[in-house]
Amino acid sequence: MVSVAEAGRSGAPDTVGPATGARIDIQGVSHWFRQPRGGALQVLDGIDLQVRPGEFVALLGPSGCGKSTLLRLVAGLEPATTGRLLQDGVPITQPDPSRIVVFQDPTLYPWRNVRDNVALGLQARGLLGAQRSRVDEALVLVGLTDFADSFPHQLSGGMAQRVALARALVNDPRLLVLDEPLGKLDSLTRIAMQSELLALWQRAGFSALLVTHDVEEALFLADRVVILSDRPARITAELVVDLPYPRHRGHPRLVELRHAALRHLGLDATW
Amino acid sequence: MSAAPPARAVRAPVLRKTAAARVAVSLPASEAVLPASLRDVAPTGIWRTGVLAASGWLGLGALTLAWPNREVGFSDWAFTTELGVAAVVAGLLLAAVALAGARAGRVGRTLRPAGRWLIAAPLLLALWEALTAKLGALPPPFFAPPQSLIDVAHEDWARLGLSTVHSLRLLAQGFALGALAGFGTGVWIGWSRAAGYWVHPVLRFLGPVPASALLPLAFFFAPSSHAAAVFLVALATFFPVAVLTWSGVASVSKSYYDVARTLGASEWFLVRRVAVPAALPQVFVGLFMGLGASFSVLVTAEMMGVKAGLGWYLQWAQGWAAYANMYAALLVMAVLCSGLITLLFAVRDRTLSWQKGTVKW
Repeated sequence: MVSVAEAGRSGAPDTVGPATGARIDIQGVSHWFRQPRGGALQVLDGIDLQVRPGEFVALLGPSGCGKSTLLRLVAGLEPATTGRLLQDGVPITQPDPSRIVVFQDPTLYPWRNVRDNVALGLQARGLLGAQRSRVDEALVLVGLTDFADSFPHQLSGGMAQRVALARALVNDPRLLVLDEPLGKLDSLTRIAMQSELLALWQRAGFSALLVTHDVEEALFLADRVVILSDRPARITAELVVDLPYPRHRGHPRLVELRHAALRHLGLDATW
Repeated sequence: MSAAPPARAVRAPVLRKTAAARVAVSLPASEAVLPASLRDVAPTGIWRTGVLAASGWLGLGALTLAWPNREVGFSDWAFTTELGVAAVVAGLLLAAVALAGARAGRVGRTLRPAGRWLIAAPLLLALWEALTAKLGALPPPFFAPPQSLIDVAHEDWARLGLSTVHSLRLLAQGFALGALAGFGTGVWIGWSRAAGYWVHPVLRFLGPVPASALLPLAFFFAPSSHAAAVFLVALATFFPVAVLTWSGVASVSKSYYDVARTLGASEWFLVRRVAVPAALPQVFVGLFMGLGASFSVLVTAEMMGVKAGLGWYLQWAQGWAAYANMYAALLVMAVLCSGLITLLFAVRDRTLSWQKGTVKW
């Protein structure tokens, strides 16, 4: 595991390239899916959201509410039915390596070893020759140097997800789109990975948009937690987590916010 | 973090419990940490299976040499003595290896896994020899004894060799052509919607037609019978390769494409670096099926019109009632086909070394 103890947010991003966080504007976005038997299913309803440069925003909502769809729109993998999505004022029309998605499944290519998986983005853009050393830097960053020549089926779930993270970071993303990246990990690995993720974010200075259904995870990681309703997803509340990093899971303020979040989700009966 | 790195993984040797126990005492201290069952164990003592096999071969030799052939009207089977001597020599060599035990070194290690086959082979050969040359229980000349194969190899090796070369050349040309075209077509219809719309129905309709059914047509249209045969072999290979490549490309997980697209991949990159490698396991299944189909078309084409090759040789031998030659040609064919399939699997295992748990040929 990489060391995670880094006090506070350093002002300027250091070693990992010149990336600075992107500003993302989501303006009045609604989205429908065409149904196979005719008709359309609305998944997003009038989402207005801004991610400020370098900000860590978490989207929290019940499962199947359309959070992941919103991420696909932000990534540019699909166009929104209505509304606008902007990156630094420029409309998002297609995928771009400045916005990298980390999916719930690591989706590593089984036919490539760890190093070649991490190199994917550089290779796709024809930069591998010039920037090969960055692959090894990214592997150091996620602590997987020893496994550079392993194949994905030889890795554990947590290691595979760290490879996916390295594969994203090697491209110096300005926005990291995280689609429940820790959702399938066991709870111990998950806690460790949350801290790693935070450390990487603090070092690299990208903006981050995280989808999760884990209240604690959202509050532990994000500057701001946006709570979505059931499908079609609407923004029902926004919690600003006014605590410095690194946070402590038992902090009374976090407990308070957790209660508030559960209340907004209609799940506070057991509090 | 459960997975062990491959470099550190301990390769378990073939286990021989009794031998392991015997060796354990003499191991250097550094290796004493390893459990006994994981240590590399050198085989010791006499190889008992090898002794049995050796006596089997010696028995075959004795049977061949001592038991006179049954007269069947025409001249005696040639090479009876040679077969007997060869079996005795094989028996003596095996005996030497078996008695040498560990000192036999690499030869011993290579032979050991085949031990039971080395016993079975002389027994089967002896049965064959007895039923044909010795007892005449199977009607000659339709059933030729083993020594007649030596006779054929001796008398007719030039023609048989040339036929083999012809067959191989025809097969190589046809298979390469068909495999390339099939792979290209498969990727194309798997990737492009338009190609899928237009080409797929044609493939579905014409693909299942046995290539040998087009034989008369091909011989009629093609400039030479060789060209016709190449075309038919290619066609037989083409269909399974195209269909399986197509299904491989079509079934690539959509998320693989999503990942590459968000990383800035071009369409060409998606085809070359995502779709094709992901489809490769299926492509190899197609190549395997295509190779099998191509053998059958090859022999048919050679029997029907091409005046060369093993198929032609079979036909020719049958015309002269030279049944021993036929068996020899069949034997060559068996060696050739299984050799090619083995080669294909070797290539596959190399190419797909990233896969775990593939079927071993």
